[in-house]
Amino acid sequence: MAVKVKTLEELLKPPAEAASALSTQEYYVNMGPQHPISHGSLRFVVRLDGETAKEVMPVPGYVHRGIEKMCEHLSYRQMVHLSDRMDYFSALMGNWAVSKTVEHAAGIELNDRIEIIRTIMAELQRVQSHVLWWAVLGMDMGAATAFLYGFREREIIGEIFEETIGARLTMNYIQPGGVMYDIQPGFVAKVKKLISYLRPVIDEYDTLLSGNVILQERLRNVGVLDPKLALSMGCTGPVLRASGVPLDLRKVQPYGAYAKADFNVAVGSKGDSWDRYYVRVQEMRESLRIVEQLLDGIPEGPHMVMKPAVRIKVPEGMFYGQLETSRGILGLTLVSDGKGAGPIRAHFRSPNYNNLWVISALAPGWRVADTIAILSSLDLVIPEIDR
Amino acid sequence: MDSAALVEGIIRKHPGAQLREGSDTPAVKVSAEVLVSVLESLRDDPEFGFDMLFDHTAIDWMEQGRFELIYRLFSTEQGHSAMVAADVPRDNPVAPTVSGLWRSALGLEREVYDLLGVLYDGHPDLRRVFLEDDWKGHPLRKDYQDDYMLERP
Repeated sequence: MAVKVKTLEELLKPPAEAASALSTQEYYVNMGPQHPISHGSLRFVVRLDGETAKEVMPVPGYVHRGIEKMCEHLSYRQMVHLSDRMDYFSALMGNWAVSKTVEHAAGIELNDRIEIIRTIMAELQRVQSHVLWWAVLGMDMGAATAFLYGFREREIIGEIFEETIGARLTMNYIQPGGVMYDIQPGFVAKVKKLISYLRPVIDEYDTLLSGNVILQERLRNVGVLDPKLALSMGCTGPVLRASGVPLDLRKVQPYGAYAKADFNVAVGSKGDSWDRYYVRVQEMRESLRIVEQLLDGIPEGPHMVMKPAVRIKVPEGMFYGQLETSRGILGLTLVSDGKGAGPIRAHFRSPNYNNLWVISALAPGWRVADTIAILSSLDLVIPEIDR
Repeated sequence: MDSAALVEGIIRKHPGAQLREGSDTPAVKVSAEVLVSVLESLRDDPEFGFDMLFDHTAIDWMEQGRFELIYRLFSTEQGHSAMVAADVPRDNPVAPTVSGLWRSALGLEREVYDLLGVLYDGHPDLRRVFLEDDWKGHPLRKDYQDDYMLERP
């Protein structure tokens, strides 16, 4: 029995003729791949009846670079440099996911200094990512001021990264066996200053956008994601937590230095776009709390436990590591034959890939503008979907 | 449940399942014929309660002439995870779809079809996801070749 493979063309049924001169007719319309709301190169084929979306079909693949195939030809150290090209707003978490899996596979033990530096950097990145998401959501909802405010704060966090890491966007910092460079001498003081600056700024975000009646009307009760459906669709991160499922690996399976910090997991109650919005705003505050608690406790010690020139030996077998990025759970499966310098198969469990398909479940029945609100509340980063 | 108890529990309920060796996470191997029924009972049995199909992929074992399908399950209720593996022959890579159990399989199986060419019987919308519909071959197969590939020393 042959399995039938479809093509996109076959799915696009020709629109039915309008019943009368006054009734409407359904059309297929492309949103993207080059469109501001797609936040990158993502295409949606939308079946429209007037202004109402009847069906939304995501068509990803415009940024597919074959990262998993490339990993088969790279060493475990080199893989790190592709991981930040996936979710570039969680570049450090991508680095960390690869490093964590490789360290676990090769049995490399880390010291407290490395774990704490990694955790601080990852949480600063989470704030930066959420700030940018907040800015872009504002823009999508027609609030250009939010866009400018968000970018202002993103730059300030970027400067702290630049000083220690040397890059602002695609950062390669966390590597198997440690971090690439030690933190700069003034790092702790600068991050403390940043926290005292950011706290009132996030309150300002609340007064500027969260309390705005237009934004509330646009987001509340729009695109309600049922927790059962969210679990079935494999959603993770703020999208799942907004539906009331408190799944946060930082709490459930603590890694890095998260066990040392006291923080709450932001959880929504309803699962609408507003909950997805507000969960992220609260997460920014919680991330700052984590950073603040860890800053004073950075112990002395080396910033890497093995020299970068040492070849990493991974025994034969299959290994899995996962962590919580800004958008959900990023997992990495590594298959090693025990001989080569790199894996024979690497597979990334992408949070965005699973969150993407939610749009086709939530959008039907909503207007085009609401589709954009739902999409914006999912906070997709396209290069990680396509890999 | 801890890893050993989890694997034991699954094997006790499903005598066809065996320990899948060489994995760092609790893992069992089943035959492709019983895959859907095993996964369904793992989802519905309150002892396991796997409410999420967390990840699905396949590994091309070319020398052995098989694809190994990997299903990573996670239970938000109990906080444990397990891996279920099943083999399909490389010359006739047809597997049953599990998209009726978890909706995440709809997307994940499309990805595996696109990149490894495993066909999912019963999948309602089996299409390529990243590559174009008329793309020749499946890039993550070990014997994949195209005109633009770089030769690596």
